[in-house]
Amino acid sequence: MTAGPVVRLRELHKSYGALPVLRGIDLDIPHGEIVSVIGPSGSGKSTLLRLLMTLERPDAGRVEIEGESPWTQRRGGQEVPADERHLRRVRGKVGMVFQHFNLFPHMTALGNVMEAPVHVLGLAREAAREQALGHLASVGLADKAHARPAELSGGQKQRVAIARALAMQPKVMLFDEITSALDPELVGGILQLVRALAEKRTMTLVIVTHHMAFAESVSDRVLFFDQGVIVEDGPPQAILRNPRLERTRRFVEAVLETR
Amino acid sequence: MIFDLSYAWRIAPRLVEALGVTLQATVLGMAIALTLGLALALARRSRFRALAWATAFFVEFVRSTPLLVQIFFLFYVLPEAGVRLSPLAAGVSALGIHYAAYCSEVYRAGLESVPQAQWEAAAALNLGRWRTLAAVVLPQALPPIVPALGNYLVAMFKDTPLLSAITVVELLQTAKLLGAQSFRYVEPLTLVGLLFLALSLAAAALVRLAERKLRVHA
Amino acid sequence: MQGFVAPLLHGLGVTLELTVAAAALAVPVALAAGLARLAPTRWLRWPAAVYVELFRGTSALVQLFWFYFVLPLFGVPLGAFTAGVLVLGLNAGAYGSEVVRGAVQAVPRAQREAAAALNLSRAQTLRRIVLPQALPAMLPPAGNLAIELLKNTALVSLITITELTFAAQVLRAETLRSAEIFSLVLVLYFAAALAITAGVRLLERR
Repeated sequence: MTAGPVVRLRELHKSYGALPVLRGIDLDIPHGEIVSVIGPSGSGKSTLLRLLMTLERPDAGRVEIEGESPWTQRRGGQEVPADERHLRRVRGKVGMVFQHFNLFPHMTALGNVMEAPVHVLGLAREAAREQALGHLASVGLADKAHARPAELSGGQKQRVAIARALAMQPKVMLFDEITSALDPELVGGILQLVRALAEKRTMTLVIVTHHMAFAESVSDRVLFFDQGVIVEDGPPQAILRNPRLERTRRFVEAVLETR
Repeated sequence: MIFDLSYAWRIAPRLVEALGVTLQATVLGMAIALTLGLALALARRSRFRALAWATAFFVEFVRSTPLLVQIFFLFYVLPEAGVRLSPLAAGVSALGIHYAAYCSEVYRAGLESVPQAQWEAAAALNLGRWRTLAAVVLPQALPPIVPALGNYLVAMFKDTPLLSAITVVELLQTAKLLGAQSFRYVEPLTLVGLLFLALSLAAAALVRLAERKLRVHA
Repeated sequence: MQGFVAPLLHGLGVTLELTVAAAALAVPVALAAGLARLAPTRWLRWPAAVYVELFRGTSALVQLFWFYFVLPLFGVPLGAFTAGVLVLGLNAGAYGSEVVRGAVQAVPRAQREAAAALNLSRAQTLRRIVLPQALPAMLPPAGNLAIELLKNTALVSLITITELTFAAQVLRAETLRSAEIFSLVLVLYFAAALAITAGVRLLERR
């Protein structure tokens, strides 16, 4: 375990065109911490995850995964733009599960889970297959290994997506509103999966969610985002039951109301 | 030397003259294609199944066979049937018929994109079929398809060199004649190539402009 | 009609040879140019764009004559058949590259993001995630381009390659029975086009 936080953000800014989405984020996440991120739509929560996953680049500020920026590397004492190899080495420490699953439609569930371990980690096919079947079993879909995404329900697709991300054994797992695209009756099962993962305490989790009760029971820490900044940051009991600020209280109450 | 600029400069006027023939062929050909194409599109939608089917077959046949052979067909076969056409007339007719087939598909798409409800509203007002077409349907069907028709105009322009095969003295034929006279083919052929490139790029830009203008109105 | 069939069928054979050879050139060229136009570096994008605009923006017949008459002067001696296949293939490749470009761009961005989240490299993402999803979308337009290619082979008759249209011209000059000859020739081209369409539909099913 390296010293220092697994994720460090300093003065992070990101705009989409003329619209500022992140207006200066400073954040340290220690190894193994389980962080929930809550906040209204458009507050920048997803953008934060996308930056951590290097799907986007910040306009200003610094992102460090285990002390290294994905986009610059040290060469001869200088910070220079990183090559693809460096980017992938740093990026490999982060995994993500998307709101809309994003499974590869032309591969089976098993194929989806095996793809990266074989082609990125260099695992032998047989070993990867064994592991992939194990991951699918751990999300309860061992019998669907040879199904294609089109044949699966939303909940099943999300389980495969989780198995696929876990198979790469990242240091940090990001969950971007992974239940928002699911029918209500499937939500509980997915949350249960994430809870089980959290209880294993094997990796750092950053979970963007609207489910307050879930956030409270699972997280070590809750971040309340609003209009591109972290407004409140603290233990779940404090943020969700006894927030410092009125707007936090109003948001939490509004979400709980509509549950 | 590889490219004689002074020679190129000297032959430029003759090429510009020939460009006139090329453009003439394009405009005349397109005039035929646009009118015949609309007629074919309407025939294709006719209630008489035989007419619709025959038109569909004709369109498919013309689109699937080489323009050059169609040009030869008109040039050599029509005189046997007693129709004497100048090479330019035969060539323009072939271009017109060939591209009418393509344009008919574009017209068809445009016509089909007009909602059935428009036809019904016109019927409710007791407008006749032709009046409906002219005043209600076509004004809605045509603007979206203008860019596609424009693209076929550019394509026809680039096909005019085929008329050189039946002795029409357009750009390519002129280049070949110049080359045969002076034994230098590089300059004429390169200039002709560049002329086509410049004009078709300009035309493509115009089509894109028209597309943007029309989209704003829609 | 009897005396026509043999020379015309021989010409058809050459036509099909040309079509297949040019297609074999056009496919890799289209893939390379189409992907190059989507590349991050402009050293790939610009040459590809120039090639595509050049071959799409100029007349195929002019290209043919230029390759046949002018290229030898630059020290590249080309036989008629080679020039024909080269021009037909490069021409089709230019149009094909637009099909490739469109199909690759149509693959949802989310797929690339999922691949990035799994730390697949650019090359792996293209080869294993994007292209397999783009290829089925390329088939119908590719089928149309194949028919365009078939039709374009008629042009090489004008640089004396003895394909179907050339054979027709020879027969016409000998027998002056234009109507029968050209009608038959048109039917033969139509049959070949139908065969190509059927072939593409078979591929689509797979």
